[in-house]
Amino acid sequence: MSPRRAEAGGRIDRLRTIRFTFDGAPYTGHAGDTLASALLANGVTLFGRSFKYHRPRGLLAAGVEEPNALVTVLRGEVREPNIAATMVEIYDGLVAVSQNRTPSLAWDIGAINQLGGKILSAGFYYKTFMGPVIGPLKGTRFWMFCEHFIRRAAGLGRAGTAPDPARYERMNAFCDVLVVGSGPAGLMAAKAAADQGARVILADLEAGFGGSANWSGETIDGMQAADWAQRIVGQLEGNDNVRLLPRTTVWGYYDGNTLAALERVTDHKEAAAKGEPRQRYWAIRAGTVVLATGAFERPLVFPGNDRPGVMLAHAAERYAYEYGVLPGQRIALFTNNDSAYASAVALKKAGAAVVAIVDVRSDVTGDMRRLASEAEAELLTGHAVIATEGGKALSGLKVQRFDAMSGALSGDERSIHADCLLMSGGWSPTIHLASQAGAKAEWDPARQAFLPPKPTQRWPNQHWIGAGAFTGAFSTAEAIAEGRAAGVSAAGGTATPIALPVVEAAPGDPDPAPVFEIKAKGKSFVDFQHDVTAEDVRLAHREGFVSVEHLKRYTTLGMATDQGKNSNVPGLAIMAEALGKPILEVGTTRFRAPYTAVSIGSLAAERFGDLKPERLTPMHDWHIANGARMYSAGLWYRPMIYGHAGETVEQAYVREAKATRESAGIVDVSTLGKIAVQGPDAAEFLDRVYTNMFSTLAVGKARYGLMLREDGLAFDDGTTWRLGEQEFLMTTTTANAGKVMQHLEYFLDVIWPELKVTVTSVTDEWAGAAIGGPNARAILASCVKGTAVDNATLPFMGIVHGEIAGVPVMICRLSFSGEMAFEVYSGAGYGTHVWEALIEAGKPFGLVTYGLEALGTMRIEKGHVTGAEIDGRTTARDLHLDWMLSKKKPFIGSAMMDREGLVANDRLQLVGLIALDNRPLNGGGHVVEQLDEENPHDSLGHITACCYSPALGQYIALALVKGGKARHGTRAFVSDPLRDRFGPVEIVSNHFYDPDGSRMHG
Amino acid sequence: MLITCPYCGPRDVIEFTYQGDGNRERPQPASQDLDAWNAYVYDRLNPAGDHNEIWQHSGGCRSHLRVVRNTITHEILSTEFARGGHKAGGRS
Repeated sequence: MSPRRAEAGGRIDRLRTIRFTFDGAPYTGHAGDTLASALLANGVTLFGRSFKYHRPRGLLAAGVEEPNALVTVLRGEVREPNIAATMVEIYDGLVAVSQNRTPSLAWDIGAINQLGGKILSAGFYYKTFMGPVIGPLKGTRFWMFCEHFIRRAAGLGRAGTAPDPARYERMNAFCDVLVVGSGPAGLMAAKAAADQGARVILADLEAGFGGSANWSGETIDGMQAADWAQRIVGQLEGNDNVRLLPRTTVWGYYDGNTLAALERVTDHKEAAAKGEPRQRYWAIRAGTVVLATGAFERPLVFPGNDRPGVMLAHAAERYAYEYGVLPGQRIALFTNNDSAYASAVALKKAGAAVVAIVDVRSDVTGDMRRLASEAEAELLTGHAVIATEGGKALSGLKVQRFDAMSGALSGDERSIHADCLLMSGGWSPTIHLASQAGAKAEWDPARQAFLPPKPTQRWPNQHWIGAGAFTGAFSTAEAIAEGRAAGVSAAGGTATPIALPVVEAAPGDPDPAPVFEIKAKGKSFVDFQHDVTAEDVRLAHREGFVSVEHLKRYTTLGMATDQGKNSNVPGLAIMAEALGKPILEVGTTRFRAPYTAVSIGSLAAERFGDLKPERLTPMHDWHIANGARMYSAGLWYRPMIYGHAGETVEQAYVREAKATRESAGIVDVSTLGKIAVQGPDAAEFLDRVYTNMFSTLAVGKARYGLMLREDGLAFDDGTTWRLGEQEFLMTTTTANAGKVMQHLEYFLDVIWPELKVTVTSVTDEWAGAAIGGPNARAILASCVKGTAVDNATLPFMGIVHGEIAGVPVMICRLSFSGEMAFEVYSGAGYGTHVWEALIEAGKPFGLVTYGLEALGTMRIEKGHVTGAEIDGRTTARDLHLDWMLSKKKPFIGSAMMDREGLVANDRLQLVGLIALDNRPLNGGGHVVEQLDEENPHDSLGHITACCYSPALGQYIALALVKGGKARHGTRAFVSDPLRDRFGPVEIVSNHFYDPDGSRMHG
Repeated sequence: MLITCPYCGPRDVIEFTYQGDGNRERPQPASQDLDAWNAYVYDRLNPAGDHNEIWQHSGGCRSHLRVVRNTITHEILSTEFARGGHKAGGRS
């Protein structure tokens, strides 16, 4: 038997042994153990090193609030840092390691920081890292220099770098009543609501339902509280209208009673079953929420309160009752309230010796005296713990007489030998979700706690009801009564009096003495996880931080991963005392989501990985079968190159572009946005939307159009085809298809509802192939039936209807490549059929398929713009498209486009660049007048697109350069320190190739 | 947040796209009054309370809606089709 595991008891499965490792050492535990309980059972007392001082730390708590025992769980290459050992369920093969220690947990070199306590106090960063005024480490550079070392010395676990292979999933759920927390209050609420016929979801962050019933040792309806809880759970399970979510943390409370929850589906398993996600993100819309989230026990603040072996009283009770593990053999308790007495009795019953109960109160009730004697503990009223002893485990403590009114210590110190010290500083309701929902907590001087207010009318979208310890009703009997009332009311029923379950529990007054801190020599910790001491809080006050918000940020109190679940109230109490104000006036900070850490993977869920939607063109499979290397563009996949064996990407696109200019090439353009614009006012609408005129366009002709935004900057371009008097087919860039559609819809719906126009996205209805090059017309002539394609029938920007391989097609003669070119559109379902017919017809002419790289190369050679140049900052003039700005009519953006700043001569303007050193240029590289590799400065602009131009035999680029038009023919340099590319370039016109367009018109 | 689309019924905010302050008044297309254009393009009300907004049910019927939303409580007080006219009539 392991050293601390009791012979019997606990709710673990002793017949099932589970093997795992911690820091490389093998351990065993039982099914039902957490990593914390299993290690504790094995006699482990040291779980971690503290954030700043690297002090040895043990377990403080048994649940989600644990601040000390943070571990990293490894699964293959994937590491998940900063998980509380109390929340890790062990499974066979679990590998966990401790954090923030070098070289090992027991021997940590960083512990030397303990000697520097005065320096590492609150505001350490702000005070220490103001660099000298001059020199290489001036100003913030000094901080940047030091940061590297500090980040390593201070801190938590190390994040992994391996990609996370796990799958995550998102669920939307709807219910009448969501019950958060499954202690007696939550169980009663869920049961009552379900009995009323409501659709109920019950969520609990623990593996099992029952909450405090699982470890309270109380009796409900004549049975063990834990058994009573299991009976209720069994009844709920049998109910069709109830969904039970164990291991599910409700972490966010949002508008309209939407709550976010994280279900850890397989974190407790060796491996996920087929189809199971690792975690599931739940978006729950609840009619009413019952908050039965319980309360946290508070630590007391005294010197040495962070030594391994000092633990919260109820946590020890839980380890004993739920896991059958005794945190110590000789246990002392230190308390300011009655609840610790029941813990003492519980631990005594579980087999520990309770050596003393140290109570700050000078007198306690007869009930408490009776409990103390039942625990066979020496009762020291009017005493306080002033020190603890031991290294990596507790060996004893010192007590002294204490006056709870004045806080004064007196009399002789007395040593008590103990290997475990339990503390109880009162209880704080877990009001986080209510606070997130907008409720302002109210300080209750009797309970010495922030209690949730009654739900207010100010937040008409939030409907929640509290029950149990969450409301400050700390006894199980009250929890049961409140839970039932809340459940009935949440389900819209009226509570009829019924006989409630009868609770047998230890007596006790829920109100603690208002004592938070024992002021004695030594470090007394308030925030264990961030190493904030009571003295740090007072220092912050002395330095003038008077508001709780400032206190929090300056000392970092409550800002660690546990978000101050233990430390908030003691911290505020000490601050209030320093200010000489009651806590009521100091107030508290508002809690923010998430309640506990949430994995990024669960938030991304199906938006990432194999569940991400993808858009494929009708010819996609053909491209793949014919050697295309694909490229993702937004959600689309498009061919990048059709590479031959042994070819580089550059060789492939150069070959494709060259062959197109010499004979013919074909490219899939199905991804272009296509919008049908129809109706009596369609032409008028396009006149308003485009900068140029469309009402004058003849039926059967197309025109290149440019759109501006309302602020006068360029928005999108494309050709629009007039198919009938009232019918147009608009094309947009691939990337902007959605935005243009929304833009048109907005103007038709909101600005010009009087226009009789409808717009319909038809992108997916059409397959498009662009075929260009000197032989393009001959290829079409050989396969198109039903129409001629000669210059008279199909002039530049003309449209004809015909047939290819028996399929109706629409052909428009327009050119992006600069060659004589045609876009052939057919119904999407026939896309591959028509494409294959064109490929077949092209064979005698050496037709090549080309991808985006060659498409880009030819457009750069022509100086055409795309999204890289229409980047939301450029105007039509910057892009030399001012010839498209009609003066005969207003259009969207026409009033704003002539503003001073938009017509200035020194704006970034589109130019071409030729690399004079015959080396490739890079997109994003800067253009400068003076080359200074050491200290690059004074950028004139940047490169937007680049390629090797087979037509010119040079590396060229398009760039946006300040006053670029006036710089044609001048010399400049590229400066790209990131990629170490510097060199001379010549600035030229963006029209590199065939500037007068003779090839496409010819 | 739930927005009730007059066509589709109450739907999650995830289906909608915010399309801006509904109080903006677009000048006549031919207007050269730059101040008016500037106000339309750049000025936005930012009230703490009821706000007249345009939302598009982009993940649904694609209608633009005029929505009155309380910016403090995120309560949706009313929704109607924006097609009813461009000029905002305040609370509807």
